[in-house]
Amino acid sequence: MSAAAAPAAAPPDPLLVRVTGVVKEFATRSASPFRRERLQAVAGVSFGLRRGETLGLVGETGCGKSTLARCIVRLHELTAGELLFDGADLSRATQSELRPFRRRMQMVFQDPYGSLNPRRRVGSIIGDPFAIHDVAAGRERMRLVQVLMDLVGLNPEHYNRFPAEFSGGQRQRIAIARALALRPELVVCDEPVSALDVSIQAQILNLLVDLQRELGLTYLFISHDLAVVRHVSDRVAVMYLGRIVELAPAGLLYASARHPYTAALLAAVPAFEPGARSRRAPLVLAGDPPSPLEALRGCRFHARCPRAQARCRAEEPALESRVGDDPGHLTACHFPLADGEAPGPATGSGA
Amino acid sequence: MTPVAPIRPRGPWRLASERIGRDRAAIAAIATILLAALVAVAAPLFAALTGHGPAEQFIETGLSSNGIPVGPGHEFWLGCDGLGRDVLVRVVYGARISLLVGVLASLLAVVCGAVVGVSAAWYGGTLDALLSRLMDAVLSLPYLLLALALAALVGPSTGISVVVIAFFNWAAVGRVLRGEVLAIREREYVQAARALGAGHARIMFVEILPVVAPTAIVYATLLIPSSIGFEATLSFLGLGVPPPTPSWGNMLADAMAYYKVAWWLLLFPGAALLAITLAFNVLGDSVRDVFDPRFERSVARARGGAA
Amino acid sequence: MPAPAAAGVRLLDVRDLAVSFRTPDGIVEAVRGLSFGLDPGRTLGLVGESGSGKSVATAALVGLAPGAQVTGLALYLGRDLLTLPAEELRAVRGRGVAMIFQSPMTSLHPLYPVGWQIVEMIRAHEPVPTRQARARAIELLGHVGIPRAERRVDDYPHQYSGGMLQRAMIAMAIALRPRILVADEPTTALDVSVQAQILRLLAGLQRELGMAMILITHDLGVAAETADEMLVMYAGRALEQATTPDLFARPSHPYTRALLRSRPRLDAAVARLTPVPGQPPSLIALPAGCPFRPRCAEAVERCAKTPPLVAIGGDEGHDAACWLVGEGTA
Repeated sequence: MSAAAAPAAAPPDPLLVRVTGVVKEFATRSASPFRRERLQAVAGVSFGLRRGETLGLVGETGCGKSTLARCIVRLHELTAGELLFDGADLSRATQSELRPFRRRMQMVFQDPYGSLNPRRRVGSIIGDPFAIHDVAAGRERMRLVQVLMDLVGLNPEHYNRFPAEFSGGQRQRIAIARALALRPELVVCDEPVSALDVSIQAQILNLLVDLQRELGLTYLFISHDLAVVRHVSDRVAVMYLGRIVELAPAGLLYASARHPYTAALLAAVPAFEPGARSRRAPLVLAGDPPSPLEALRGCRFHARCPRAQARCRAEEPALESRVGDDPGHLTACHFPLADGEAPGPATGSGA
Repeated sequence: MTPVAPIRPRGPWRLASERIGRDRAAIAAIATILLAALVAVAAPLFAALTGHGPAEQFIETGLSSNGIPVGPGHEFWLGCDGLGRDVLVRVVYGARISLLVGVLASLLAVVCGAVVGVSAAWYGGTLDALLSRLMDAVLSLPYLLLALALAALVGPSTGISVVVIAFFNWAAVGRVLRGEVLAIREREYVQAARALGAGHARIMFVEILPVVAPTAIVYATLLIPSSIGFEATLSFLGLGVPPPTPSWGNMLADAMAYYKVAWWLLLFPGAALLAITLAFNVLGDSVRDVFDPRFERSVARARGGAA
Repeated sequence: MPAPAAAGVRLLDVRDLAVSFRTPDGIVEAVRGLSFGLDPGRTLGLVGESGSGKSVATAALVGLAPGAQVTGLALYLGRDLLTLPAEELRAVRGRGVAMIFQSPMTSLHPLYPVGWQIVEMIRAHEPVPTRQARARAIELLGHVGIPRAERRVDDYPHQYSGGMLQRAMIAMAIALRPRILVADEPTTALDVSVQAQILRLLAGLQRELGMAMILITHDLGVAAETADEMLVMYAGRALEQATTPDLFARPSHPYTRALLRSRPRLDAAVARLTPVPGQPPSLIALPAGCPFRPRCAEAVERCAKTPPLVAIGGDEGHDAACWLVGEGTA
């Protein structure tokens, strides 16, 4: 998707966010004080986020999805790569240069117990954006806060309460209200329902969908839960070890996954019918994902891939549309799966 | 839009004070401390009541013919010391010094520790490395030796006592608060504030300080008794409050010459010192329990869907 | 649920279990009137959301719920665990009932090698020499799928990944060949690909050792794949109990049905989810009657009285605690 870097001529860029070759490394503590190890959490990711769409980002622990999200809202500095928000280059912007953009992009965090300061009243927490950006104060701020509380389905009379007095689902509504206060264009949702009970998840998912329609929001929706991602997303990107390995419209990805990793992930999800897995010809991914610390050559998935061949160990596949696929269906694999093919050993030429 | 009802729900601070109210040991400790404070404030009243000034010597009535101090009795309720001074009045005046030095030194230590510890953790990098080493250095000083040297150099005074005690205690507070802030700065609510565009000062004062405040309060409460003890030690060694101003420490020092014949010289200031330090320690323990996040969490969980 | 033919004594027979805690804010009734049975080789899925009492119930059975008031009867091979002396109960834990927990990262002591902890556990229950216990630890680690177990045995917990730690916990749990394995959210902290591995491992070990298993989970999908029978809990009470195929074929309690409806599906796009309205209840001062009543779309006046768990018509062993199903409509 690197070709998308060329700026569009017409003013309304269909892409709200363009990410090109983004890399994020962390220095890690190593056993030897003289050797600084570097952990590459995001290893060169490119994609675009269309206005008004929901892009789902799935992957397992440590695949870099949360780090990528934090790079996009610039809670992290980028190690390399380019980040364009509505045409403005934010890749190297300082915190003060970012301030006006903070109103336009917001984040909802995973843990509704961790994302609200336990010592502050809810009204004051939701009013933060108004205070920080000098939008409203006093009675006017309180009125706006109560409008927001009403919008996300909270009782506006509860503005004086403390977070501890709310259940997990209600807390997530508070966090959503805070994120929406300044009517942002982009909302990055980092596992917004993972910490919630099943019976509450649907409430929050419906709320997010409704708010998107009402306010024309663009979502980057991060989750490890493939069913949840399918439900909310227009397009889905699958990450593995800091890279996007597959990106496709949601229906296509779930119906005809091309990357063996995507297929394996889908096969690992428990179904809702008893005994369903035995009928599904399972592929259980062996082992754990390798550490992002290890220097990797070739395809990042090759060590766990049942189809891996010599080429996969030597040459990293590019994320691109495969012959015969929908042009919006991108796969980074030398030997992608055909429709309905089980992710067993590759039989032939593949690509 | 529903009209707004003025609800003031129980916040963390309210909850904490309610929990303290249910803790009998804490109530007893608070009562002891309040009593001591009251007595200290009313010290001149005791002097007027007995007609004995705190430094006034009563050679005729206070000492027996061979110079031995008289014991507790009608005129001197808690007896006299070796110079014929009223022990009751001196213990009461000593409470002023002990409380003043204890509270002031603890406050100074906590404020300095908070400023250094919080800035070290928040700004990180070189500043953190520098301030952390400074705290390590202070913590590794042989405090009694240095205190002795310092007091000997500038001469004993109450003000110096406060500064010396604070100087040797702030680093411990700083180190603890630094650790807390290091943990808090990675919390999602701080990240959320950053994502909203909040600046350093706002994050510090709105998000971080209220969260570390309980720790600081617990530390302050626990520092008071040790400061009182430290002051007594300095005075005992003749390096704290200069005579003839009475302090429990120098009263105990004076008692050393007489305790075989005059037990009251040791008992009353000693008991007062013990009572007040015990009270502050008990209170500190209760305050810590009351702010214990585990306790808070279990309550929060149990209240679950109360809202 | 067919009772075993042998002697009629069940492996585990829990009757009318109630667990409560005293807190500063009032008495928390974590479990109320819970009854279930377990036979060798079977898996019971205890399904519920946070606060449903599913974990507390099993912890209380083996005396691992400190500060809890526990009443009722918990017959393990005919002996009541709730009145067993501490020493005998300790023997039951480990040899009789072993447990694994949600968070393997905190279930092992960080300062001792994994193998050493297994050795100590074996030696706490059996008088075997260290060398022999160590050989068994290595064999166990290999058995649960730790590669190069003879080398990894001396590693510390932080050198294991989350999935490997859970495997090590399982190795420790099965070391004494327990009759019952209680797995409390064993895969919740793990990724789906690792979750699938662990569930497969558990199923294999169970077949091999003939253990009974209690699988505690909030994930209906995990329970569907693993459990023979399921018990759906809510606010400390059992609301529905059935064989797994039956529960999914004919979910009868409004709560079970609402739960199933509220999940997005992997295999089909759903236009809009049907959430369960309202919030989970506070366990202090629960209202009388059916605990789900405040959130139930079908609640009627009668629900103010607590419905008993009774057989619904049709299938053997399918019970629900709802006035609208069961005897009334059978």
